[in-house]
Amino acid sequence: MKNVSRILPMYTADTSGVCSALYELGGMTVIHDASGCNSTYTTHDEPRWYDRRSMVFISALTEMDAIMGNDEKLVNDCISAVADLHPEFIALCGSPMPMMTGVDFEAIASEIRDRSGIPTFGLHTNGTVSYISGASQAFAAVVKEFVRRVPKTDSIGVNVIGLTPLDHPLGTEISIKSWLTTNGMELICGLGMGSTLDDVRRMTAAKVNLVVSNTGLEAAEYLRKYYDIPYVFGLPFGNGFSRRLADTLRSEAEKPSVKTGGYVPKEMLSFPDADTLVIAEGVYGASLCAALKADLGIKAGLLCPLPADDVFYGFTGGDCVFSEEDIEAFIADMKPKTVIADPLYKYIIPKGTMHIELPHLAFSGRTYQRSIPNLINTDIKELFK
Amino acid sequence: MLKAVGGVKYEKPPFIRLGDADIRELFPSGLEYNAPARGVWNIVHMGVLVPESHQVYVCAQGCLRGVALTVAETDQMDRLSWVSLSEEDMFDGTLESDVVDGVAEVIEKLSHRPPVVLIFLSCMHLFAGADYEVILDQLRAKYPDIDFIDCYMTPTMRETFSPVVWLNKRMYSLIKPLPLDKKSVSIIGCDRATDENSELVKLIRDSGLTLRDINYCKTYGEFQRMGSSAVNISYLPTAFAASQELSQRTGASALHLPNAFDYNILKENYQKLCETLCIDVLDLSEYECKADEALKKTLAAVGSIPIAIDYTAVTRPFELVYMLSEKGFNVRYIISDEVGEDAQPFNRLKEKYPDIMLYSSDNVNMFNAADEPNDPVLAIGQKAAWFFSTDNFVDIVSNGGLYGFEGIASLAELMTDAFLNKKDRRTVIQQKGWGCSCNAQI
Repeated sequence: MKNVSRILPMYTADTSGVCSALYELGGMTVIHDASGCNSTYTTHDEPRWYDRRSMVFISALTEMDAIMGNDEKLVNDCISAVADLHPEFIALCGSPMPMMTGVDFEAIASEIRDRSGIPTFGLHTNGTVSYISGASQAFAAVVKEFVRRVPKTDSIGVNVIGLTPLDHPLGTEISIKSWLTTNGMELICGLGMGSTLDDVRRMTAAKVNLVVSNTGLEAAEYLRKYYDIPYVFGLPFGNGFSRRLADTLRSEAEKPSVKTGGYVPKEMLSFPDADTLVIAEGVYGASLCAALKADLGIKAGLLCPLPADDVFYGFTGGDCVFSEEDIEAFIADMKPKTVIADPLYKYIIPKGTMHIELPHLAFSGRTYQRSIPNLINTDIKELFK
Repeated sequence: MLKAVGGVKYEKPPFIRLGDADIRELFPSGLEYNAPARGVWNIVHMGVLVPESHQVYVCAQGCLRGVALTVAETDQMDRLSWVSLSEEDMFDGTLESDVVDGVAEVIEKLSHRPPVVLIFLSCMHLFAGADYEVILDQLRAKYPDIDFIDCYMTPTMRETFSPVVWLNKRMYSLIKPLPLDKKSVSIIGCDRATDENSELVKLIRDSGLTLRDINYCKTYGEFQRMGSSAVNISYLPTAFAASQELSQRTGASALHLPNAFDYNILKENYQKLCETLCIDVLDLSEYECKADEALKKTLAAVGSIPIAIDYTAVTRPFELVYMLSEKGFNVRYIISDEVGEDAQPFNRLKEKYPDIMLYSSDNVNMFNAADEPNDPVLAIGQKAAWFFSTDNFVDIVSNGGLYGFEGIASLAELMTDAFLNKKDRRTVIQQKGWGCSCNAQI
């Protein structure tokens, strides 16, 4: 049976993930689609759209252009826009129709790059998978394109990778920077929010990377593989876990403890005998579970309805469940006393189970966006008020 | 707002002097920008109008998200379900059976049995050559108590059928013919009820006729009774085809009475309506005077402030601009990417007021237009408010239910109010679906 949902919405798709990841870097992102992908992204998936300009456009694909394979129009339209807008780079991504007609985005990107002289990359999106895939590709692409080897900073320089409003409320980048500074570390680049393309160029000044969403994993893995920068999963939620995460970052910066993959603090392990369930993106949810245990002694388990790296799940022991039916079955089987999840999960949370609402923009969009708490370095009790 | 100053030359200019505009292509096509003005209704809002209906969307995750969150923001999640398509679904031969199985699963899980289910198929189905008849036949056989119709979320095909026109045709195709009732008249294809004060509604009601409209219907049964109307009226261009088809099927008379700003067209509309309804021709002089008086008052209030009008506000923006200009208003800007059913007023306007500036709403160079400084502007429409960065704007979409001379008078009053009172532009224009209860935390 295909993925069927009676009442729950779906998570943000890959195309929006690309746009969100690249939003603040001065490039031009073009979704090859008729219209809907851009409208959905700018309405529901992008809280910065009204206040902050970014060159995110749609190609306005028509039936005839799709059927006739008129890729030349896309190339010419991009080059024309470059002449008017002067972007730092161009990212092309696809939607369902280009998938069906077999558009070769890498070839188109190559042609645009040759003709415009602007760094251009094609990303493999088709609107049928989640934002984790799209944002991952986008972060990795920009890192591969722009990162250069630079001297390390004297202090412990940290890149924060995987910052998008899809997972983290606006202002998170400031909170994390402040937390790093308080703990004697220096933010080099917050990839996705609060940093520029110049910050990306000097990411290798960092001694360690902090991956704050599965969207950041691919870029972090690239930096580990080619620039020997280790990475640590986690978000500094609450007091106890934040301290532990800071210690981990410092120690990993000095002497990486894993030869491959990233370091998952053991506090992020899910508890099999948990009576509280967190439904969230993997890194966010596992960090919250860790904070709940550290500060309140609550044993919480993680259910992630989004794809995540196998290595990450191997460490955390969380469960990856995608469809409405499977999520309902999981909850029915686990019988948690409390579920911490987006407000729109209310439709499937059994009566008598406490539902602590934790809005997630990648799920409920702007419906509850002003109620999304910034949990960075905070007292986790705030969540229960 | 962007201006042609400092010798800036664009590859694809986002604006043009009206006198230089070519009606066949106002602006060259290219990449498109999406302004954060969300008042225009989408197909989800429209589908919800069918009373007691349930909508099932079968498409890719990215396409589903926009429709699902539309109902989430209006707290109507129980009106919509979905089946997501993956890349494999296109090639494994299960395209039709996935729809049948998915829709059946949704129906079985619902707490109630809807009398009608709207199944929205996507561009992917169209390109893959899905057999819609097989899908519908199987579902109708399985659930004979439910009316199923195939609807389409196929924006790629927009140059063949606009999604709104197409959905109107599908929605009204649900209505089954009934014995015609000469005392019954329907207005077709409106996403809000026509203003009760309009002379159109008054004329129908004062003649002792029953006025039917999807917006009045609380039950699917009431909606079906629109099949008894002897006359079907459309006045929005997007409703014309639906009204024609419905009338052909039921045997009713179809009247298209455009929501015009040209007094002569309005008079012709009422002449046609009265003749069709076999009632005395309405004396419109009082209504005409009222419209003129309201416009005079508004002109006295707003003076020579530049006015900007966008195509989302009214269905005949060029005709509105012409009428206002003739009445002495200083209309300086129009935002529209194409010319719709007001081609004649466009040509008249172009000839008589060639210096009006015409702006595209989706040209890439408009993406930072809202940040450009400009003198105070009175805007009519959400996109005009956005691009000219003004809180003094008339918040109206697709005529806002206003019609006729009374509608012109009301619009004039709204202009005065907009001139005198600022609105919270950020919140107002970002609410999705004008007139719907949008609960989003904007």
